Amino acid sequence: MTAATGWSINDRRLAWALAAPTVILIILLMIVPIVVMAAYTFFTFVTAGVEEATFTLANWQEFLADSYYHGFLFKTVRVGLVTAIICALVGYFPAYYIWATDFRHKWLLLLLLIVPFWISFTIRTFSWIHILGEQGLINATLLQLGLITEPLRLLYTEAAVIMGLVHFLLPYMILNVYVSLEGIDRSLILAARSMGCTSAQAFREVTLPLSLPGLAAGLLLCFVLAAGSYVTPQLLGGPRDALFGNLIYDTIMGQLNWPLGATLSIVLFLLLGFVAVAYSRYMGLSQIMKGMGA
Amino acid sequence: MNAPTDGSGRWGWRFTCVMTLLVYVFMFAPIAATVVLSFNASMFGGFPITGFSLHWYEVLMQNENVLAAFRTSLWIALLTAALTTAVGIGAALALVRFDFPGKSSVNTLAILPALVPETILGVGLLVMIKAIDQPRSYFILLLGHILLALPFVVLVIQARLIGIRRVYEDAALSLGATRGSTFREITLPLLMPAVFASVLLAFTISFDNTTASLFWRPAGVETMPTQILAMLKVSISPEVNALGTLMIAITIGVPLIGGIAAGALSGLKTRRSKMGD
Repeated sequence: MTAATGWSINDRRLAWALAAPTVILIILLMIVPIVVMAAYTFFTFVTAGVEEATFTLANWQEFLADSYYHGFLFKTVRVGLVTAIICALVGYFPAYYIWATDFRHKWLLLLLLIVPFWISFTIRTFSWIHILGEQGLINATLLQLGLITEPLRLLYTEAAVIMGLVHFLLPYMILNVYVSLEGIDRSLILAARSMGCTSAQAFREVTLPLSLPGLAAGLLLCFVLAAGSYVTPQLLGGPRDALFGNLIYDTIMGQLNWPLGATLSIVLFLLLGFVAVAYSRYMGLSQIMKGMGA
Repeated sequence: MNAPTDGSGRWGWRFTCVMTLLVYVFMFAPIAATVVLSFNASMFGGFPITGFSLHWYEVLMQNENVLAAFRTSLWIALLTAALTTAVGIGAALALVRFDFPGKSSVNTLAILPALVPETILGVGLLVMIKAIDQPRSYFILLLGHILLALPFVVLVIQARLIGIRRVYEDAALSLGATRGSTFREITLPLLMPAVFASVLLAFTISFDNTTASLFWRPAGVETMPTQILAMLKVSISPEVNALGTLMIAITIGVPLIGGIAAGALSGLKTRRSKMGD
């Protein structure tokens, strides 16, 4: 019916012309750079800021042989996992509440989850210094009450880094789970209830399994974003709490060792890419897109 | 869906309510602390509160570095918002309104930058411009921010476009309108709320970006977030709190006003389209 007017959904040339700027930008600014970076891992480091395009395996040998780097990798994976799991355990409750509540101003609860995205990430992160620091809310209160005589060391610890990451990532988790819950046909739960399930059983047998895709998408997003973080460990962690992102930054911007920095970046990319590919084989990427679209 | 009424369910529901409340407190308590402390008269950035003062806002307004960083971030964010939205509309149209070979690859490619950690995007682009012997420049920073915002813009526009039925476009076309004027007269007006939303989204993504900007910014240039990081390296001064509070006021105020405007706009549109049905 529409073909006669010239608006055809099979007009390939027009479709590609519309998509071309996006495709070109992403290829030039992301795909090509990652390929160049992969090539850089075989360049020879001469001195700070200088390298030669002669083939070497030295960067990879350094990474594979030195347990210093392995330690960073394990710590990054551990912090990422712990953060993602805490986000899942804590974030499920508000997602479920917003979905199940009769509260008329549900939109307000959802809006409040989106508001943090508008607040500068740096500001949200350094705000924790006011809670955990030596002059922070917790220490100031405890000192005032006379419960402690010296401020507790809460800031510049791994726990502070994880708390900052959870604070940053919780909205992602909650929104992902919420989108998944919204997709559940509520008559299924009513059916389970009318067949004699208690509400706890109905939750366990119907609601929870059906919301797992959202939970899995949230876990992936939280893990990837936590493991790739730079600012949070920088602001809330001590020197020993640096993560892989900080290591990469220091190698490139501090030591100016670009080939090694590229090698470390590729390692992180492969690690997170492997996790994401393993995930999408089981779940597909559509759930993530649903969550991000929300 | 109502709150459960049987024994175990009732306790579960109560626990859920308490956890929800705690999560919201957790989300906003630190931010509230920053806002409160920005009005503190004390010389130091922390508790206790010694009195109300706007002194630190005055100090801030005289800080040339902060003002320069603000201007830089503002320009980059405005350009990012405009360009990313224009590019993203094209991709969203192609993905929603057309069938073409390679469509699913384009779809995946378009959201990929959102899934790759910023550190890697940052290093990648930096290594590439070093490989072709280009200095870091405002242009690179702008391109980088477009890359970061593009997936979100495409998603937002796509989501709205799916909701706009093709019959309106078909009607215009069958009445003899050209493709261009159909897009201008029918599609774009219906798409306006999403365009609005993506302009705001791209603006905030750019204005807030920290990690990647640390890699991409030209030597000696600070954007707003990197300026805050630089100030925090010295100490948590009350000036940083004042700056943080101002930024919160701007970044929440702008989308809120925008959101209300867009809501009013789309309310108008739905009423109109309902009348059309």
